[in-house]
Amino acid sequence: MDRKTSKKIMHDHNGDGIDRRGFLECMAWAGTGAFCVMQGGVLKSFSMSRLGDFDAKKMAGELSFVQISDSHMGFNKPANPDVTGTLKAAVDKINGLSTPPEFLLHTGDISHLSKPEEFDTVDQILKGASAKDVFFVPGEHDVLNDDGKQYLDRYGKNTKGAGWYSFDQKGVHFIGLVNVLNLKAGGLGTLGSEQLAWMEDDVKHLKSSTPIVVFAHIPLWSVYPDWGWGTQDSAEALGYLKKFGSVTVLNGHIHQTMQKVEGNVTFHTAMSTAFPQPAPGSAPSPGPMKVPDDQLRKVLGITDVNYTRGKHALAVVDSTLA
Amino acid sequence: MRVRRGVFVSSFWTAAVLAGVLLLAGPLNVTVNAQQTAPAALAVKIDNFSFSPATLTVPVGTTVTWTNQDDIPHTVVSTDDPRAFRSKVLDTDEKFSYTFTKAGTFAYFCSVHPKMTGTVLVK
Repeated sequence: MDRKTSKKIMHDHNGDGIDRRGFLECMAWAGTGAFCVMQGGVLKSFSMSRLGDFDAKKMAGELSFVQISDSHMGFNKPANPDVTGTLKAAVDKINGLSTPPEFLLHTGDISHLSKPEEFDTVDQILKGASAKDVFFVPGEHDVLNDDGKQYLDRYGKNTKGAGWYSFDQKGVHFIGLVNVLNLKAGGLGTLGSEQLAWMEDDVKHLKSSTPIVVFAHIPLWSVYPDWGWGTQDSAEALGYLKKFGSVTVLNGHIHQTMQKVEGNVTFHTAMSTAFPQPAPGSAPSPGPMKVPDDQLRKVLGITDVNYTRGKHALAVVDSTLA
Repeated sequence: MRVRRGVFVSSFWTAAVLAGVLLLAGPLNVTVNAQQTAPAALAVKIDNFSFSPATLTVPVGTTVTWTNQDDIPHTVVSTDDPRAFRSKVLDTDEKFSYTFTKAGTFAYFCSVHPKMTGTVLVK
Protein backbone atom coordinates (compact mmCIF):
# COMPACT_ATOMS: atom_id res chain seq x y z
CA MET A 1 0.00 0.00 0.00
CA ASP A 2 3.05 2.25 0.15
CA ARG A 3 2.98 1.91 -3.56
CA LYS A 4 -0.54 3.25 -3.61
CA THR A 5 0.46 6.30 -1.63
CA SER A 6 3.45 7.06 -3.81
CA LYS A 7 1.39 6.50 -6.93
CA LYS A 8 -1.00 9.14 -5.68
CA ILE A 9 1.77 11.67 -5.38
CA MET A 10 3.37 10.75 -8.73
CA HIS A 11 0.17 11.55 -10.57
CA ASP A 12 -0.39 14.80 -8.81
CA HIS A 13 -0.61 17.43 -11.54
CA ASN A 14 -2.21 20.19 -9.53
CA GLY A 15 0.31 20.30 -6.73
CA ASP A 16 -2.40 19.49 -4.20
CA GLY A 17 -1.11 16.04 -3.34
CA ILE A 18 -3.97 14.15 -4.94
CA ASP A 19 -4.94 13.12 -8.43
CA ARG A 20 -7.94 11.55 -10.07
CA ARG A 21 -6.61 8.02 -9.62
CA GLY A 22 -5.85 8.71 -5.99
CA PHE A 23 -9.33 10.08 -5.60
CA LEU A 24 -10.89 7.00 -7.14
CA GLU A 25 -8.83 4.73 -4.94
CA CYS A 26 -9.91 6.68 -1.90
CA MET A 27 -13.48 6.42 -3.09
CA ALA A 28 -13.20 2.69 -3.54
CA TRP A 29 -12.58 2.52 0.19
CA ALA A 30 -15.72 4.43 1.04
CA GLY A 31 -17.89 1.38 1.06
CA THR A 32 -15.49 -1.02 2.72
CA GLY A 33 -13.59 1.19 5.13
CA ALA A 34 -9.88 1.80 5.31
CA PHE A 35 -7.23 1.13 7.87
CA CYS A 36 -4.56 3.78 7.92
CA VAL A 37 -1.30 4.23 9.77
CA MET A 38 0.65 7.41 9.74
CA GLN A 39 4.37 7.20 10.43
CA GLY A 40 6.57 10.23 10.05
CA GLY A 41 4.01 11.87 7.84
CA VAL A 42 3.62 8.88 5.54
CA LEU A 43 0.23 7.29 5.44
CA LYS A 44 -0.03 3.54 5.02
CA SER A 45 -3.49 2.41 4.09
CA PHE A 46 -5.05 -1.02 4.08
CA SER A 47 -8.49 -1.81 2.82
CA MET A 48 -10.63 -3.46 5.47
CA SER A 49 -10.65 -6.64 3.42
CA ARG A 50 -6.87 -6.93 3.96
CA LEU A 51 -6.91 -6.24 7.68
CA GLY A 52 -5.80 -9.82 8.29
CA ASP A 53 -2.43 -8.89 6.79
CA PHE A 54 -1.85 -6.40 9.53
CA ASP A 55 -0.51 -6.93 13.04
CA ALA A 56 -3.20 -5.46 15.27
CA LYS A 57 -0.81 -5.37 18.23
CA LYS A 58 1.15 -2.62 16.53
CA MET A 59 -1.91 -0.44 16.82
CA ALA A 60 -2.51 -0.96 20.51
CA GLY A 61 -1.64 2.46 21.81
CA GLU A 62 -1.95 4.73 24.78
CA LEU A 63 -4.76 6.76 23.39
CA SER A 64 -7.76 5.62 21.42
CA PHE A 65 -10.69 7.76 20.39
CA VAL A 66 -13.50 7.61 17.87
CA GLN A 67 -14.62 10.24 15.40
CA ILE A 68 -18.29 10.32 14.43
CA SER A 69 -19.79 12.87 12.12
CA ASP A 70 -22.83 14.19 10.33
CA SER A 71 -25.61 12.63 12.37
CA HIS A 72 -28.14 15.00 10.77
CA MET A 73 -30.71 14.18 13.44
CA GLY A 74 -34.11 15.19 12.04
CA PHE A 75 -33.33 14.19 8.45
CA ASN A 76 -36.16 11.95 7.22
CA LYS A 77 -35.83 11.77 3.44
CA PRO A 78 -35.54 8.54 1.38
CA ALA A 79 -31.71 8.50 1.59
CA ASN A 80 -32.23 7.43 5.23
CA PRO A 81 -35.61 7.67 6.95
CA ASP A 82 -34.09 6.36 10.21
CA VAL A 83 -31.08 8.48 11.19
CA THR A 84 -31.83 7.70 14.84
CA GLY A 85 -31.41 3.99 14.15
CA THR A 86 -28.13 4.43 12.30
CA LEU A 87 -26.70 6.69 15.03
CA LYS A 88 -27.62 4.02 17.57
CA ALA A 89 -25.90 1.46 15.35
CA ALA A 90 -22.79 3.68 15.37
CA VAL A 91 -22.87 3.72 19.17
CA ASP A 92 -23.20 -0.07 19.20
CA LYS A 93 -20.19 -0.25 16.89
CA ILE A 94 -18.20 2.00 19.24
CA ASN A 95 -19.20 -0.11 22.24
CA GLY A 96 -18.06 -3.21 20.41
CA LEU A 97 -14.52 -2.00 19.67
CA SER A 98 -11.80 -4.22 21.09
CA THR A 99 -10.00 -1.14 22.42
CA PRO A 100 -12.57 1.04 24.15
CA PRO A 101 -12.10 4.67 23.08
CA GLU A 102 -11.39 7.24 25.75
CA PHE A 103 -13.65 9.84 24.17
CA LEU A 104 -15.61 10.71 21.06
CA LEU A 105 -15.08 13.54 18.62
CA HIS A 106 -18.19 14.67 16.75
CA THR A 107 -17.19 16.70 13.71
CA GLY A 108 -20.48 18.49 13.23
CA ASP A 109 -23.90 18.43 11.64
CA ILE A 110 -25.17 16.95 14.86
CA SER A 111 -28.65 18.14 13.87
CA HIS A 112 -30.29 18.62 10.51
CA LEU A 113 -32.26 21.80 11.21
CA SER A 114 -30.73 23.10 14.48
CA LYS A 115 -33.90 22.16 16.36
CA PRO A 116 -33.52 21.73 20.14
CA GLU A 117 -35.15 18.29 20.05
CA GLU A 118 -32.67 17.13 17.41
CA PHE A 119 -29.72 18.02 19.65
CA ASP A 120 -31.53 16.41 22.60
CA THR A 121 -31.95 13.14 20.71
CA VAL A 122 -28.28 12.97 19.74
CA ASP A 123 -27.15 13.77 23.27
CA GLN A 124 -29.43 11.05 24.60
CA ILE A 125 -28.16 8.42 22.14
CA LEU A 126 -24.50 9.30 22.76
CA LYS A 127 -25.03 8.78 26.49
CA GLY A 128 -25.26 5.10 25.59
CA ALA A 129 -21.64 5.10 24.36
CA SER A 130 -18.94 3.53 26.51
CA ALA A 131 -16.90 6.72 26.18
CA LYS A 132 -18.54 9.42 28.25
CA ASP A 133 -16.73 12.51 26.99
CA VAL A 134 -17.80 13.88 23.63
CA PHE A 135 -15.98 16.80 22.01
CA PHE A 136 -17.97 18.67 19.38
CA VAL A 137 -17.40 21.19 16.64
CA PRO A 138 -20.40 22.62 14.80
CA GLY A 139 -21.48 21.89 11.24
CA GLU A 140 -23.43 24.39 9.19
CA HIS A 141 -26.64 22.54 10.06
CA ASP A 142 -26.04 23.23 13.76
CA VAL A 143 -25.88 27.02 13.46
CA LEU A 144 -28.94 27.75 11.32
CA ASN A 145 -31.02 30.85 12.05
CA ASP A 146 -29.09 32.07 15.11
CA ASP A 147 -25.41 32.23 14.04
CA GLY A 148 -24.62 29.42 16.41
CA LYS A 149 -25.97 30.86 19.65
CA GLN A 150 -27.87 27.71 20.60
CA TYR A 151 -24.87 25.56 19.70
CA LEU A 152 -22.66 27.65 21.99
CA ASP A 153 -25.19 27.43 24.82
CA ARG A 154 -25.24 23.65 24.54
CA TYR A 155 -21.68 22.71 23.62
CA GLY A 156 -19.61 25.85 24.01
CA LYS A 157 -18.58 25.60 27.65
CA ASN A 158 -14.82 26.23 27.94
CA THR A 159 -14.56 27.30 24.31
CA LYS A 160 -13.45 30.56 22.75
CA GLY A 161 -15.16 32.75 20.17
CA ALA A 162 -17.70 30.83 18.13
CA GLY A 163 -16.79 27.56 19.86
CA TRP A 164 -13.15 26.80 19.09
CA TYR A 165 -10.89 25.24 21.73
CA SER A 166 -7.96 22.96 22.36
CA PHE A 167 -7.15 20.27 24.87
CA ASP A 168 -4.41 17.75 25.61
CA GLN A 169 -4.79 14.02 26.05
CA LYS A 170 -1.80 11.77 26.74
CA GLY A 171 0.64 14.03 25.01
CA VAL A 172 -1.52 14.67 21.96
CA HIS A 173 -2.71 18.23 21.39
CA PHE A 174 -6.25 18.46 20.00
CA ILE A 175 -7.58 21.59 18.31
CA GLY A 176 -11.31 21.94 17.54
CA LEU A 177 -12.02 24.60 14.92
CA VAL A 178 -15.21 26.28 13.69
CA ASN A 179 -15.39 26.93 9.93
CA VAL A 180 -19.15 27.11 9.32
CA LEU A 181 -19.97 30.68 10.39
CA ASN A 182 -19.88 34.01 8.57
CA LEU A 183 -19.71 32.28 5.22
CA LYS A 184 -19.41 34.68 2.29
CA ALA A 185 -21.34 34.44 -0.99
CA GLY A 186 -19.44 32.32 -3.48
CA GLY A 187 -16.93 31.26 -0.85
CA LEU A 188 -15.93 28.17 1.10
CA GLY A 189 -15.71 27.34 4.78
CA THR A 190 -14.14 30.14 6.83
CA LEU A 191 -12.06 30.21 9.99
CA GLY A 192 -11.66 33.98 10.25
CA SER A 193 -8.88 36.17 11.58
CA GLU A 194 -9.88 36.00 15.25
CA GLN A 195 -9.80 32.21 15.31
CA LEU A 196 -6.56 32.09 13.30
CA ALA A 197 -4.87 34.46 15.74
CA TRP A 198 -6.03 32.29 18.63
CA MET A 199 -4.72 29.15 16.94
CA GLU A 200 -1.33 30.66 16.17
CA ASP A 201 -1.00 31.56 19.83
CA ASP A 202 -2.35 28.18 20.98
CA VAL A 203 0.37 26.15 19.28
CA LYS A 204 3.26 28.57 19.75
CA HIS A 205 4.40 27.11 23.08
CA LEU A 206 4.19 23.45 22.01
CA LYS A 207 7.23 21.32 21.26
CA SER A 208 7.57 20.33 17.63
CA SER A 209 7.45 16.67 18.67
CA THR A 210 3.90 17.07 19.99
CA PRO A 211 1.42 15.12 17.86
CA ILE A 212 -1.35 17.45 16.71
CA VAL A 213 -4.92 16.51 15.85
CA VAL A 214 -7.02 19.25 14.26
CA PHE A 215 -10.73 18.62 13.83
CA ALA A 216 -13.35 20.77 12.11
CA HIS A 217 -16.52 20.16 10.13
CA ILE A 218 -15.73 21.32 6.59
CA PRO A 219 -12.53 19.82 5.15
CA LEU A 220 -9.43 21.92 5.75
CA TRP A 221 -8.13 20.92 2.32
CA SER A 222 -9.63 21.51 -1.10
CA VAL A 223 -11.59 18.34 -1.64
CA TYR A 224 -13.90 19.86 -4.26
CA PRO A 225 -14.32 23.63 -4.15
CA ASP A 226 -17.07 23.58 -6.81
CA TRP A 227 -19.28 21.99 -4.17
CA GLY A 228 -17.92 24.16 -1.38
CA TRP A 229 -15.83 21.27 -0.02
CA GLY A 230 -12.92 23.26 1.32
CA THR A 231 -11.97 26.09 3.68
CA GLN A 232 -10.70 29.29 2.16
CA ASP A 233 -8.26 30.28 4.91
CA SER A 234 -7.15 26.77 5.90
CA ALA A 235 -3.66 27.34 4.47
CA GLU A 236 -2.99 29.92 7.17
CA ALA A 237 -4.11 27.52 9.89
CA LEU A 238 -1.93 24.73 8.51
CA GLY A 239 0.95 27.18 8.22
CA TYR A 240 1.05 27.42 12.02
CA LEU A 241 1.56 23.64 12.16
CA LYS A 242 4.57 23.40 9.86
CA LYS A 243 7.04 22.86 12.70
CA PHE A 244 5.24 19.76 13.98
CA GLY A 245 6.31 16.32 12.84
CA SER A 246 2.88 14.73 13.10
CA VAL A 247 -0.34 16.53 12.20
CA THR A 248 -3.64 14.74 11.61
CA VAL A 249 -6.65 16.66 10.31
CA LEU A 250 -10.07 15.10 10.83
CA ASN A 251 -13.10 16.49 9.02
CA GLY A 252 -16.68 15.56 8.17
CA HIS A 253 -19.15 17.35 5.90
CA ILE A 254 -18.68 15.27 2.74
CA HIS A 255 -20.23 12.05 4.06
CA GLN A 256 -17.55 9.75 2.67
CA THR A 257 -14.01 8.81 3.55
CA MET A 258 -11.20 10.49 1.73
CA GLN A 259 -7.61 11.08 2.66
CA LYS A 260 -4.39 12.56 1.50
CA VAL A 261 -0.92 13.28 2.79
CA GLU A 262 0.79 16.59 2.31
CA GLY A 263 4.19 16.91 3.95
CA ASN A 264 3.73 16.39 7.68
CA VAL A 265 -0.06 16.51 7.47
CA THR A 266 -2.49 13.65 6.99
CA PHE A 267 -6.03 14.69 6.08
CA HIS A 268 -8.94 12.39 6.68
CA THR A 269 -12.70 12.77 6.28
CA ALA A 270 -15.22 10.56 8.06
CA MET A 271 -18.36 8.85 6.90
CA SER A 272 -21.70 10.17 8.08
CA THR A 273 -23.87 8.21 10.47
CA ALA A 274 -26.93 9.46 8.52
CA PHE A 275 -26.66 9.31 4.73
CA PRO A 276 -23.99 9.12 2.01
CA GLN A 277 -23.18 11.89 -0.45
CA PRO A 278 -21.89 11.41 -3.99
CA ALA A 279 -18.22 11.39 -4.96
CA PRO A 280 -17.02 14.84 -6.07
CA GLY A 281 -18.43 15.78 -9.45
CA SER A 282 -20.20 12.45 -9.90
CA ALA A 283 -23.70 13.94 -9.52
CA PRO A 284 -25.37 17.26 -10.39
CA SER A 285 -25.15 18.32 -6.74
CA PRO A 286 -23.82 17.08 -3.39
CA GLY A 287 -27.33 16.22 -2.14
CA PRO A 288 -28.12 13.03 -0.20
CA MET A 289 -27.44 9.89 -2.23
CA LYS A 290 -30.08 7.18 -2.21
CA VAL A 291 -28.54 3.72 -2.19
CA PRO A 292 -30.39 0.39 -1.99
CA ASP A 293 -31.66 -0.21 1.56
CA ASP A 294 -29.41 -3.22 2.10
CA GLN A 295 -26.37 -1.13 1.09
CA LEU A 296 -27.01 1.87 3.33
CA ARG A 297 -25.08 0.74 6.39
CA LYS A 298 -22.08 -0.05 4.22
CA VAL A 299 -21.68 3.64 3.43
CA LEU A 300 -22.24 4.94 6.96
CA GLY A 301 -19.77 4.53 9.78
CA ILE A 302 -17.32 5.64 12.42
CA THR A 303 -13.60 6.37 12.53
CA ASP A 304 -11.40 4.83 15.21
CA VAL A 305 -8.09 6.59 15.91
CA ASN A 306 -5.20 5.17 17.91
CA TYR A 307 -2.05 6.86 19.10
CA THR A 308 1.06 5.18 20.47
CA ARG A 309 3.47 7.41 22.30
CA GLY A 310 6.96 7.39 20.87
CA LYS A 311 5.85 5.84 17.62
CA HIS A 312 5.24 9.23 16.10
CA ALA A 313 2.14 7.88 14.48
CA LEU A 314 -1.61 7.95 14.61
CA ALA A 315 -3.59 5.11 13.13
CA VAL A 316 -6.92 5.94 11.56
CA VAL A 317 -9.42 3.14 10.98
CA ASP A 318 -12.77 3.58 9.27
CA SER A 319 -15.43 0.99 9.84
CA THR A 320 -18.91 0.90 8.39
CA LEU A 321 -22.14 0.20 10.22
CA ALA A 322 -22.76 -2.89 8.10
CA MET B 1 -85.06 28.15 -26.69
CA ARG B 2 -81.83 27.73 -28.55
CA VAL B 3 -81.41 31.44 -28.94
CA ARG B 4 -82.27 32.14 -25.35
CA ARG B 5 -79.92 29.46 -24.11
CA GLY B 6 -77.24 30.93 -26.34
CA VAL B 7 -77.78 34.34 -24.86
CA PHE B 8 -77.65 32.92 -21.39
CA VAL B 9 -74.41 31.09 -22.07
CA SER B 10 -72.76 34.04 -23.65
CA SER B 11 -73.85 36.31 -20.77
CA PHE B 12 -72.38 33.83 -18.34
CA TRP B 13 -69.05 33.79 -20.12
CA THR B 14 -69.06 37.55 -20.52
CA ALA B 15 -69.61 37.91 -16.80
CA ALA B 16 -66.92 35.38 -16.07
CA VAL B 17 -64.42 37.06 -18.36
CA LEU B 18 -65.29 40.46 -16.92
CA ALA B 19 -64.81 39.14 -13.43
CA GLY B 20 -61.46 37.76 -14.49
CA VAL B 21 -60.43 41.07 -16.02
CA LEU B 22 -61.49 42.91 -12.88
CA LEU B 23 -59.44 40.51 -10.76
CA LEU B 24 -56.43 40.98 -13.01
CA ALA B 25 -56.85 44.74 -12.96
CA GLY B 26 -56.77 44.67 -9.18
CA PRO B 27 -54.12 43.14 -7.00
CA LEU B 28 -52.54 41.01 -9.74
CA ASN B 29 -51.69 43.98 -11.92
CA VAL B 30 -48.02 43.78 -10.97
CA THR B 31 -47.95 40.12 -11.89
CA VAL B 32 -49.10 40.85 -15.41
CA ASN B 33 -46.37 43.46 -15.88
CA ALA B 34 -43.71 41.16 -14.52
CA GLN B 35 -44.74 38.41 -16.87
CA GLN B 36 -44.38 40.79 -19.80
CA THR B 37 -40.75 41.60 -18.99
CA ALA B 38 -39.64 38.22 -17.66
CA PRO B 39 -42.04 35.43 -18.54
CA ALA B 40 -40.65 32.73 -16.26
CA ALA B 41 -40.25 34.89 -13.45
CA LEU B 42 -41.75 35.40 -10.08
CA ALA B 43 -40.79 32.11 -8.66
CA VAL B 44 -37.23 30.94 -8.05
CA LYS B 45 -36.73 27.23 -7.68
CA ILE B 46 -34.03 25.92 -5.34
CA ASP B 47 -32.98 22.55 -6.67
CA ASN B 48 -29.73 20.58 -6.90
CA PHE B 49 -27.94 23.19 -4.79
CA SER B 50 -28.71 26.03 -7.21
CA PHE B 51 -31.15 28.89 -7.70
CA SER B 52 -33.12 28.73 -10.91
CA PRO B 53 -33.29 31.10 -12.66
CA ALA B 54 -30.06 32.38 -11.16
CA THR B 55 -30.75 35.86 -12.50
CA LEU B 56 -34.26 37.26 -12.46
CA THR B 57 -35.38 40.65 -13.85
CA VAL B 58 -38.57 42.12 -12.38
CA PRO B 59 -40.28 45.50 -12.13
CA VAL B 60 -40.35 47.44 -8.85
CA GLY B 61 -43.07 46.13 -6.55
CA THR B 62 -42.70 42.49 -7.55
CA THR B 63 -42.91 39.76 -4.95
CA VAL B 64 -40.47 36.93 -5.61
CA THR B 65 -41.03 33.56 -4.00
CA TRP B 66 -38.26 30.99 -3.52
CA THR B 67 -39.23 27.33 -3.03
CA ASN B 68 -36.76 24.73 -1.76
CA GLN B 69 -37.14 21.52 -3.75
CA ASP B 70 -33.96 19.91 -2.38
CA ASP B 71 -33.69 17.23 0.30
CA ILE B 72 -31.34 19.58 2.14
CA PRO B 73 -32.24 22.88 3.82
CA HIS B 74 -31.17 26.14 2.23
CA THR B 75 -31.49 29.87 2.90
CA VAL B 76 -32.01 32.98 0.78
CA VAL B 77 -29.83 35.78 2.12
CA SER B 78 -29.01 39.17 0.58
CA THR B 79 -25.29 39.91 0.26
CA ASP B 80 -25.85 43.64 0.91
CA ASP B 81 -24.68 45.27 4.10
CA PRO B 82 -27.07 45.73 5.79
CA ARG B 83 -28.87 42.74 4.32
CA ALA B 84 -31.92 43.67 2.23
CA PHE B 85 -33.54 40.35 3.10
CA ARG B 86 -32.73 37.15 4.94
CA SER B 87 -34.90 34.05 5.07
CA LYS B 88 -35.06 31.60 7.91
CA VAL B 89 -33.76 28.19 6.95
CA LEU B 90 -36.05 26.56 4.38
CA ASP B 91 -36.59 22.84 4.70
CA THR B 92 -37.87 20.79 1.75
CA ASP B 93 -40.92 22.44 0.09
CA GLU B 94 -40.75 25.52 2.31
CA LYS B 95 -41.01 28.95 0.71
CA PHE B 96 -39.68 32.46 1.26
CA SER B 97 -41.12 35.61 -0.33
CA TYR B 98 -39.74 39.11 -0.57
CA THR B 99 -41.26 42.17 -2.25
CA PHE B 100 -38.76 44.35 -4.09
CA THR B 101 -39.87 47.93 -3.54
CA LYS B 102 -36.74 49.65 -4.91
CA ALA B 103 -34.91 49.43 -8.21
CA GLY B 104 -31.43 47.97 -8.12
CA THR B 105 -29.33 44.83 -8.27
CA PHE B 106 -29.93 42.47 -5.39
CA ALA B 107 -27.35 39.72 -5.08
CA TYR B 108 -28.13 36.88 -2.70
CA PHE B 109 -26.80 33.48 -1.65
CA CYS B 110 -27.49 30.46 0.50
CA SER B 111 -25.73 31.17 3.78
CA VAL B 112 -25.54 27.41 4.45
CA HIS B 113 -24.01 26.59 1.04
CA PRO B 114 -22.36 29.82 -0.06
CA LYS B 115 -21.44 28.47 -3.49
CA MET B 116 -25.14 28.91 -4.28
CA THR B 117 -25.65 32.46 -5.53
CA GLY B 118 -28.34 34.39 -7.41
CA THR B 119 -29.33 37.90 -8.45
CA VAL B 120 -32.60 39.79 -8.74
CA LEU B 121 -32.49 42.82 -11.07
CA VAL B 122 -35.28 45.22 -10.14
CA LYS B 123 -36.07 47.85 -12.81
